[in-house]
Amino acid sequence: MAPARVAFGATPPGGRHQRPGRAGSAASARLGLMWRLLFVLLLGVVGRSALAAEGQRTPVPVIEKATAGTTCVADPATMRRTHMDLLKHQRNDTVRGGVRTGVASLKACINCHASQQTHSVTQGETNFCVSCHSYAAVQIDCFECHSSKPSGAAHTAAVPAVQTVGAK
Amino acid sequence: MSGTPDTKTPATPARRGFLGVAAAGLGGVFIAPGIQLMEVAQAATPSAGANPQVRWGMLVDTSKCAEGCSDCVSACNKENGLNPQVSATSAQWIRKIEIKQISTGRTASAPVMCQHCAEPPCVDVCPTGASFKRADGIVLVDRHACIGCRYCMMACPYKARSFVHEELQEQVADVPRGKGCVESCTLCVHRIDQGDKTTACAQACTQGAILFGDLNDASSDIAKRLREVQTTQLRADLKLDPGVRYHGL
Repeated sequence: MAPARVAFGATPPGGRHQRPGRAGSAASARLGLMWRLLFVLLLGVVGRSALAAEGQRTPVPVIEKATAGTTCVADPATMRRTHMDLLKHQRNDTVRGGVRTGVASLKACINCHASQQTHSVTQGETNFCVSCHSYAAVQIDCFECHSSKPSGAAHTAAVPAVQTVGAK
Repeated sequence: MSGTPDTKTPATPARRGFLGVAAAGLGGVFIAPGIQLMEVAQAATPSAGANPQVRWGMLVDTSKCAEGCSDCVSACNKENGLNPQVSATSAQWIRKIEIKQISTGRTASAPVMCQHCAEPPCVDVCPTGASFKRADGIVLVDRHACIGCRYCMMACPYKARSFVHEELQEQVADVPRGKGCVESCTLCVHRIDQGDKTTACAQACTQGAILFGDLNDASSDIAKRLREVQTTQLRADLKLDPGVRYHGL
């Protein structure tokens, strides 16, 4: 038996927590369809950046190999958890204190982890930084200012992404 | 490479590049696998921290500075990855200024950049602490903290600072810069911290008009020269004690 309808805003008998699935059947069917559609759409989006490996159901980010013969400053599990803290700590030391001897340098990360194809850590979908960050839906702001290419790579002058028309 | 700041020879990037490659190659031969070539190539003496005993400064000799020459400006643009095309919104870290004394008609030419004041007004006004002075006297902007309010640009009597209006691409790895932040001459801090003894502009000046060095070190070339010749600080009346001095103004 359905519980008695109550005025909007009043507490229904038995508390505020109503069981789901008791609403009108047409509305719930429409809602269910929308959820299913959304799920399919999401699958499409995720599937592009993080491809499921052979024989696995869950898509995982593609992690490109670092330059051969190089060793990271910490083991992968530590790096995955704390790379942002390491970078932030050293960035303050470097910018403010002029310390250039630290190991956790963004430039050093890029030098080892830049893709062999794009020579960048952000340009391609599977490039080192972008691959995980798009999977985890965490925006990286580093590369608004920092170069995503290894130091020493050929570069032109930093030009505005959008050129002003008619500027002198 | 140029050991002394007063070298008259222009930069030779090809030779520098070759030396770097040669060093890396040797490292690859003699050092066990597992050591990055990059580390070997950068094995100069990277700074373990800004030295508070040092005060970096510059001496610009306007009698040597050639009118119409902009080698220092071009070198700065190239070193820091600035767009050389000057527009209403482009960043300019160093400008060539031509001045004329009206009564006598005497003209002089000089580059003007961030004067790296001992009492920087840009630091005083910064609401976030992004604008700061390093222990060795270099005045910088910490772009991680800069909110782009541009108070420092208004406070600076030398108009030395620029605001980045557009999104940028292809920045130099050593000089991160981006939209929404204020920036200015860094005295080539990335070079100095790697043990280099001169800035891009000083190195590029074929006239030898720019002398870079430690003002606190009595035996440095710049300190010796400052003892010998009369020099002025721009707007000395403001008592900001700029680290950049001019001779012949």
